[in-house]
Amino acid sequence: MTAKVITVASGKGGVGKTTTVANIAVALAARGQKVTCIDGDIGLRNLDVVLGLENRIVYDLVDVIEGRCRLRQAMIRDKRLSELYLIPAAQTRDKTAVSPSDMVRLCDELRTEVDWIIIDSPAGIERGFKNAVAAADRVLVMTNPEVSAVRDADRVIGLLEADGKGPASLIINRLNPTMVKRGDMLSVEDVLDLLAIDLIGIVPEDENVIVASNKGQPLALDDKSKAGQAFQHIARRLLGEKVPFQDFNTPNVFQRLLGRK
Amino acid sequence: MMSFLFGRKKSANSAKERLQLVLIHDRTDLTPAELEALKDDLIATISRHIDIDPMAVRINMAQEGREQRLVADIPLKSATRKRTR
Repeated sequence: MTAKVITVASGKGGVGKTTTVANIAVALAARGQKVTCIDGDIGLRNLDVVLGLENRIVYDLVDVIEGRCRLRQAMIRDKRLSELYLIPAAQTRDKTAVSPSDMVRLCDELRTEVDWIIIDSPAGIERGFKNAVAAADRVLVMTNPEVSAVRDADRVIGLLEADGKGPASLIINRLNPTMVKRGDMLSVEDVLDLLAIDLIGIVPEDENVIVASNKGQPLALDDKSKAGQAFQHIARRLLGEKVPFQDFNTPNVFQRLLGRK
Repeated sequence: MMSFLFGRKKSANSAKERLQLVLIHDRTDLTPAELEALKDDLIATISRHIDIDPMAVRINMAQEGREQRLVADIPLKSATRKRTR
Protein backbone atom coordinates (compact mmCIF):
# COMPACT_ATOMS: atom_id res chain seq x y z
CA MET A 1 0.00 0.00 0.00
CA THR A 2 1.11 3.54 -0.62
CA ALA A 3 -0.99 5.92 1.35
CA LYS A 4 -2.07 9.32 0.18
CA VAL A 5 -1.37 11.97 2.79
CA ILE A 6 -4.13 14.58 3.09
CA THR A 7 -3.85 17.56 5.42
CA VAL A 8 -6.82 19.69 6.45
CA ALA A 9 -5.83 23.29 7.25
CA SER A 10 -7.64 26.61 7.60
CA GLY A 11 -5.57 29.32 9.22
CA LYS A 12 -8.47 30.44 11.38
CA GLY A 13 -9.53 28.29 14.31
CA GLY A 14 -13.03 26.98 14.84
CA VAL A 15 -14.03 26.53 11.21
CA GLY A 16 -14.48 22.78 11.61
CA LYS A 17 -11.14 21.15 10.75
CA THR A 18 -11.25 18.46 13.42
CA THR A 19 -14.86 17.52 12.66
CA THR A 20 -14.01 17.35 8.98
CA VAL A 21 -10.93 15.18 9.49
CA ALA A 22 -12.93 12.80 11.69
CA ASN A 23 -15.76 12.57 9.19
CA ILE A 24 -13.66 12.19 6.06
CA ALA A 25 -11.64 9.47 7.81
CA VAL A 26 -14.82 7.69 8.92
CA ALA A 27 -16.39 7.98 5.47
CA LEU A 28 -13.28 6.57 3.78
CA ALA A 29 -13.02 3.72 6.29
CA ALA A 30 -16.72 2.94 5.79
CA ARG A 31 -15.93 2.46 2.10
CA GLY A 32 -13.38 -0.20 2.95
CA GLN A 33 -10.30 2.02 2.93
CA LYS A 34 -7.60 1.65 5.55
CA VAL A 35 -7.23 5.05 7.17
CA THR A 36 -5.06 6.58 9.88
CA CYS A 37 -5.81 10.07 11.09
CA ILE A 38 -3.21 12.09 12.92
CA ASP A 39 -4.04 14.89 15.35
CA GLY A 40 -1.47 17.58 14.57
CA ASP A 41 -2.71 19.95 17.25
CA ILE A 42 -0.15 19.22 19.94
CA GLY A 43 -1.13 20.61 23.32
CA LEU A 44 -4.77 21.06 22.27
CA ARG A 45 -5.79 17.58 21.22
CA ASN A 46 -9.39 17.07 20.20
CA LEU A 47 -9.62 14.59 17.37
CA ASP A 48 -9.76 11.81 20.00
CA VAL A 49 -12.95 13.17 21.63
CA VAL A 50 -14.65 13.90 18.30
CA LEU A 51 -13.98 10.30 17.29
CA GLY A 52 -14.98 9.00 20.73
CA LEU A 53 -11.58 7.39 21.32
CA GLU A 54 -10.37 9.51 24.24
CA ASN A 55 -10.39 6.68 26.76
CA ARG A 56 -8.16 4.44 24.73
CA ILE A 57 -5.04 6.60 24.48
CA VAL A 58 -1.82 5.09 25.76
CA TYR A 59 0.81 6.58 23.49
CA ASP A 60 0.75 9.69 21.32
CA LEU A 61 2.44 11.31 18.33
CA VAL A 62 5.32 12.73 20.38
CA ASP A 63 5.94 9.32 22.00
CA VAL A 64 6.43 7.85 18.51
CA ILE A 65 8.69 10.68 17.38
CA GLU A 66 10.81 10.53 20.52
CA GLY A 67 11.08 6.75 20.30
CA ARG A 68 9.16 5.81 23.45
CA CYS A 69 6.93 3.48 21.49
CA ARG A 70 6.61 1.92 18.08
CA LEU A 71 4.30 3.50 15.49
CA ARG A 72 1.86 0.59 15.74
CA GLN A 73 1.48 1.07 19.49
CA ALA A 74 0.31 4.68 19.08
CA MET A 75 -2.33 3.74 16.49
CA ILE A 76 -5.68 3.44 18.27
CA ARG A 77 -8.10 1.25 16.41
CA ASP A 78 -11.67 2.55 16.12
CA LYS A 79 -14.46 0.59 17.82
CA ARG A 80 -16.86 0.71 14.88
CA LEU A 81 -14.60 0.60 11.87
CA SER A 82 -11.76 -1.88 12.08
CA GLU A 83 -9.82 -0.14 9.30
CA LEU A 84 -9.77 3.24 11.03
CA TYR A 85 -6.93 4.33 13.31
CA LEU A 86 -6.04 7.47 15.23
CA ILE A 87 -2.63 8.72 16.28
CA PRO A 88 -3.49 11.25 18.99
CA ALA A 89 -1.61 14.47 19.71
CA ALA A 90 0.36 14.84 22.92
CA GLN A 91 -1.58 16.94 25.40
CA THR A 92 1.22 18.04 27.71
CA ARG A 93 3.72 19.19 25.11
CA ASP A 94 3.83 21.96 22.52
CA LYS A 95 4.35 22.25 18.77
CA THR A 96 8.15 22.45 19.09
CA ALA A 97 8.23 18.79 20.16
CA VAL A 98 7.71 17.90 16.48
CA SER A 99 9.54 19.11 13.37
CA PRO A 100 8.41 19.01 9.73
CA SER A 101 11.04 16.34 8.98
CA ASP A 102 9.73 14.21 11.89
CA MET A 103 6.30 14.29 10.24
CA VAL A 104 7.73 13.34 6.86
CA ARG A 105 9.60 10.40 8.41
CA LEU A 106 6.56 9.21 10.35
CA CYS A 107 4.25 9.43 7.34
CA ASP A 108 6.78 7.61 5.16
CA GLU A 109 6.77 4.73 7.63
CA LEU A 110 2.98 4.77 7.77
CA ARG A 111 2.48 5.01 4.01
CA THR A 112 3.21 1.32 3.48
CA GLU A 113 0.57 0.29 6.03
CA VAL A 114 -2.56 2.20 5.06
CA ASP A 115 -4.43 3.74 2.10
CA TRP A 116 -4.98 7.17 3.59
CA ILE A 117 -3.29 9.36 6.18
CA ILE A 118 -5.47 12.32 7.17
CA ILE A 119 -3.75 15.02 9.21
CA ASP A 120 -5.63 17.58 11.30
CA SER A 121 -3.63 20.82 11.25
CA PRO A 122 -3.80 23.22 14.18
CA ALA A 123 -5.04 26.76 13.55
CA GLY A 124 -2.44 29.38 12.68
CA ILE A 125 0.34 29.44 10.12
CA GLU A 126 3.31 28.70 12.37
CA ARG A 127 5.18 25.57 13.38
CA GLY A 128 2.12 23.37 13.94
CA PHE A 129 0.77 24.20 10.48
CA LYS A 130 4.19 23.64 8.89
CA ASN A 131 4.44 20.25 10.63
CA ALA A 132 0.97 19.29 9.45
CA VAL A 133 1.57 20.12 5.78
CA ALA A 134 5.18 18.89 5.55
CA ALA A 135 4.24 15.37 4.45
CA ALA A 136 1.02 16.25 2.60
CA ASP A 137 0.40 15.07 -0.94
CA ARG A 138 -2.70 17.21 -0.99
CA VAL A 139 -4.01 19.95 1.28
CA LEU A 140 -7.68 20.64 1.82
CA VAL A 141 -8.21 24.22 2.94
CA MET A 142 -11.32 24.83 5.00
CA THR A 143 -13.27 28.00 5.35
CA ASN A 144 -16.65 29.25 6.49
CA PRO A 145 -18.62 31.75 4.36
CA GLU A 146 -17.53 34.56 6.62
CA VAL A 147 -14.96 37.37 6.20
CA SER A 148 -12.26 36.39 8.69
CA ALA A 149 -12.31 32.70 7.74
CA VAL A 150 -12.08 33.52 4.02
CA ARG A 151 -9.24 35.95 4.57
CA ASP A 152 -7.26 33.43 6.62
CA ALA A 153 -7.94 30.68 4.09
CA ASP A 154 -6.48 32.96 1.40
CA ARG A 155 -3.30 33.39 3.46
CA VAL A 156 -2.98 29.63 3.88
CA ILE A 157 -3.58 29.03 0.15
CA GLY A 158 -0.89 31.61 -0.65
CA LEU A 159 1.60 30.02 1.76
CA LEU A 160 0.95 26.57 0.30
CA GLU A 161 1.50 27.88 -3.23
CA ALA A 162 4.74 29.57 -2.24
CA ASP A 163 5.83 26.30 -0.64
CA GLY A 164 5.08 24.23 -3.73
CA LYS A 165 2.28 22.44 -1.83
CA GLY A 166 -0.49 23.75 -4.05
CA PRO A 167 -2.94 23.66 -5.61
CA ALA A 168 -5.06 23.21 -2.53
CA SER A 169 -8.71 22.18 -2.69
CA LEU A 170 -11.41 24.07 -0.86
CA ILE A 171 -14.04 22.90 1.62
CA ILE A 172 -16.72 25.44 2.48
CA ASN A 173 -18.16 24.48 5.85
CA ARG A 174 -21.23 25.73 7.72
CA LEU A 175 -23.03 27.12 4.72
CA ASN A 176 -26.46 28.36 5.71
CA PRO A 177 -28.60 28.30 2.52
CA THR A 178 -31.35 30.41 4.09
CA MET A 179 -28.92 33.20 4.91
CA VAL A 180 -27.38 32.97 1.44
CA LYS A 181 -30.83 33.33 -0.14
CA ARG A 182 -31.48 36.35 2.04
CA GLY A 183 -28.23 37.92 0.87
CA ASP A 184 -26.73 37.79 4.34
CA MET A 185 -24.09 35.16 3.74
CA LEU A 186 -21.37 34.80 1.10
CA SER A 187 -22.48 32.18 -1.41
CA VAL A 188 -20.36 29.29 -2.65
CA GLU A 189 -19.83 31.27 -5.88
CA ASP A 190 -18.70 34.35 -3.92
CA VAL A 191 -16.14 32.37 -1.94
CA LEU A 192 -14.86 30.65 -5.09
CA ASP A 193 -14.55 34.02 -6.87
CA LEU A 194 -12.50 35.35 -3.98
CA LEU A 195 -10.23 32.38 -3.33
CA ALA A 196 -9.98 31.09 -6.91
CA ILE A 197 -9.16 27.46 -6.13
CA ASP A 198 -10.93 24.18 -6.84
CA LEU A 199 -13.82 23.12 -4.67
CA ILE A 200 -13.93 19.65 -3.10
CA GLY A 201 -16.82 20.03 -0.68
CA ILE A 202 -19.72 22.15 0.52
CA VAL A 203 -20.93 21.26 4.00
CA PRO A 204 -24.22 22.86 5.11
CA GLU A 205 -24.68 24.03 8.67
CA ASP A 206 -26.19 21.13 10.58
CA GLU A 207 -27.07 20.81 14.28
CA ASN A 208 -26.32 17.12 14.05
CA VAL A 209 -22.60 17.96 13.94
CA ILE A 210 -22.76 19.04 17.59
CA VAL A 211 -24.99 16.13 18.56
CA ALA A 212 -22.52 13.75 16.93
CA SER A 213 -19.52 15.28 18.70
CA ASN A 214 -21.41 15.17 22.00
CA LYS A 215 -21.68 11.42 21.55
CA GLY A 216 -18.28 10.89 19.97
CA GLN A 217 -19.92 9.30 16.94
CA PRO A 218 -18.95 11.01 13.67
CA LEU A 219 -22.03 11.69 11.60
CA ALA A 220 -20.57 10.56 8.31
CA LEU A 221 -22.11 7.21 9.30
CA ASP A 222 -25.55 8.83 9.40
CA ASP A 223 -27.09 8.93 5.93
CA LYS A 224 -29.93 11.16 7.07
CA SER A 225 -27.79 14.09 8.12
CA LYS A 226 -27.06 16.70 5.45
CA ALA A 227 -23.57 17.41 6.76
CA GLY A 228 -22.92 13.67 7.00
CA GLN A 229 -23.82 13.28 3.33
CA ALA A 230 -21.58 16.20 2.41
CA PHE A 231 -18.63 14.55 4.19
CA GLN A 232 -19.34 11.29 2.39
CA HIS A 233 -19.28 13.20 -0.89
CA ILE A 234 -15.86 14.64 -0.06
CA ALA A 235 -14.55 11.14 0.70
CA ARG A 236 -15.89 9.86 -2.62
CA ARG A 237 -14.29 12.77 -4.48
CA LEU A 238 -10.97 11.94 -2.80
CA LEU A 239 -11.40 8.43 -4.15
CA GLY A 240 -11.69 9.88 -7.65
CA GLU A 241 -15.45 9.64 -8.08
CA LYS A 242 -17.21 12.47 -9.85
CA VAL A 243 -19.89 13.47 -7.36
CA PRO A 244 -21.98 16.48 -8.40
CA PHE A 245 -22.10 19.32 -5.90
CA GLN A 246 -25.43 19.80 -4.20
CA ASP A 247 -27.15 22.98 -5.20
CA PHE A 248 -28.03 24.80 -2.01
CA ASN A 249 -29.30 27.79 -3.99
CA THR A 250 -32.41 26.04 -5.26
CA PRO A 251 -35.43 27.94 -4.05
CA ASN A 252 -37.63 26.02 -1.65
CA VAL A 253 -41.17 24.94 -2.49
CA PHE A 254 -42.75 28.05 -1.01
CA GLN A 255 -40.54 30.41 -3.01
CA ARG A 256 -41.13 28.36 -6.14
CA LEU A 257 -44.89 28.70 -5.67
CA LEU A 258 -44.48 32.44 -5.43
CA GLY A 259 -42.69 32.22 -8.75
CA ARG A 260 -39.49 33.90 -7.75
CA LYS A 261 -36.12 32.96 -6.44
CA MET B 1 -32.21 45.62 -7.44
CA MET B 2 -34.09 44.35 -4.41
CA SER B 3 -31.59 46.01 -2.11
CA PHE B 4 -32.12 49.24 -4.01
CA LEU B 5 -35.88 49.04 -3.45
CA PHE B 6 -35.49 48.32 0.23
CA GLY B 7 -32.71 50.84 0.64
CA ARG B 8 -30.47 48.31 2.38
CA LYS B 9 -27.36 46.81 0.89
CA LYS B 10 -27.16 43.05 1.30
CA SER B 11 -24.48 42.26 3.86
CA ALA B 12 -23.07 39.46 1.71
CA ASN B 13 -22.28 42.03 -0.99
CA SER B 14 -20.39 44.23 1.45
CA ALA B 15 -18.52 41.18 2.69
CA LYS B 16 -17.45 40.29 -0.84
CA GLU B 17 -16.43 43.83 -1.79
CA ARG B 18 -14.46 44.32 1.42
CA LEU B 19 -12.74 40.97 1.04
CA GLN B 20 -11.80 41.72 -2.57
CA LEU B 21 -9.85 44.77 -1.42
CA VAL B 22 -8.35 43.13 1.66
CA LEU B 23 -7.13 40.10 -0.30
CA ILE B 24 -5.40 42.29 -2.90
CA HIS B 25 -3.37 43.94 -0.19
CA ASP B 26 -2.74 40.66 1.68
CA ARG B 27 -1.52 38.94 -1.47
CA THR B 28 0.72 41.73 -2.65
CA ASP B 29 1.91 42.74 0.80
CA LEU B 30 1.18 46.33 -0.23
CA THR B 31 -0.86 48.68 1.93
CA PRO B 32 -3.33 51.04 0.22
CA ALA B 33 -0.97 53.92 1.04
CA GLU B 34 2.00 52.12 -0.52
CA LEU B 35 -0.05 51.44 -3.63
CA GLU B 36 -0.89 55.15 -3.91
CA ALA B 37 2.81 56.02 -3.55
CA LEU B 38 3.64 53.51 -6.28
CA LYS B 39 1.09 55.14 -8.61
CA ASP B 40 2.53 58.60 -7.95
CA ASP B 41 6.05 57.36 -8.68
CA LEU B 42 4.92 55.70 -11.90
CA ILE B 43 3.20 58.85 -13.13
CA ALA B 44 6.21 61.00 -12.23
CA THR B 45 8.61 58.67 -14.04
CA ILE B 46 6.51 58.42 -17.19
CA SER B 47 5.95 62.18 -17.24
CA ARG B 48 9.68 62.71 -17.46
CA HIS B 49 9.70 60.95 -20.83
CA ILE B 50 6.34 61.66 -22.41
CA ASP B 51 3.54 64.13 -21.96
CA ILE B 52 0.62 62.61 -20.07
CA ASP B 53 -2.39 63.91 -18.23
CA PRO B 54 -1.96 62.65 -14.65
CA MET B 55 -5.69 62.93 -14.04
CA ALA B 56 -6.48 60.54 -16.90
CA VAL B 57 -4.13 57.82 -15.68
CA ARG B 58 -5.79 54.69 -14.29
CA ILE B 59 -3.61 52.26 -12.34
CA ASN B 60 -5.34 49.37 -10.68
CA MET B 61 -4.70 45.95 -9.25
CA ALA B 62 -6.48 43.31 -11.31
CA GLN B 63 -7.15 39.74 -10.32
CA GLU B 64 -6.92 36.76 -12.64
CA GLY B 65 -7.53 33.59 -10.70
CA ARG B 66 -5.00 33.78 -7.88
CA GLU B 67 -2.69 36.01 -9.89
CA GLN B 68 -2.52 39.70 -9.18
CA ARG B 69 -1.47 42.14 -11.82
CA LEU B 70 -0.93 45.84 -11.88
CA VAL B 71 -2.82 47.25 -14.84
CA ALA B 72 -2.04 50.77 -16.00
CA ASP B 73 -4.02 52.69 -18.58
CA ILE B 74 -2.04 55.78 -19.48
CA PRO B 75 -3.51 57.91 -22.27
CA LEU B 76 -0.76 59.88 -24.02
CA LYS B 77 -1.23 63.49 -25.03
CA SER B 78 -1.01 63.74 -28.78
CA ALA B 79 2.44 64.86 -29.95
CA THR B 80 1.59 64.79 -33.68
CA ARG B 81 0.19 68.33 -33.65
CA LYS B 82 3.46 69.71 -32.36
CA ARG B 83 5.39 67.96 -35.11
CA THR B 84 3.20 69.03 -38.02
CA ARG B 85 3.44 72.65 -37.04
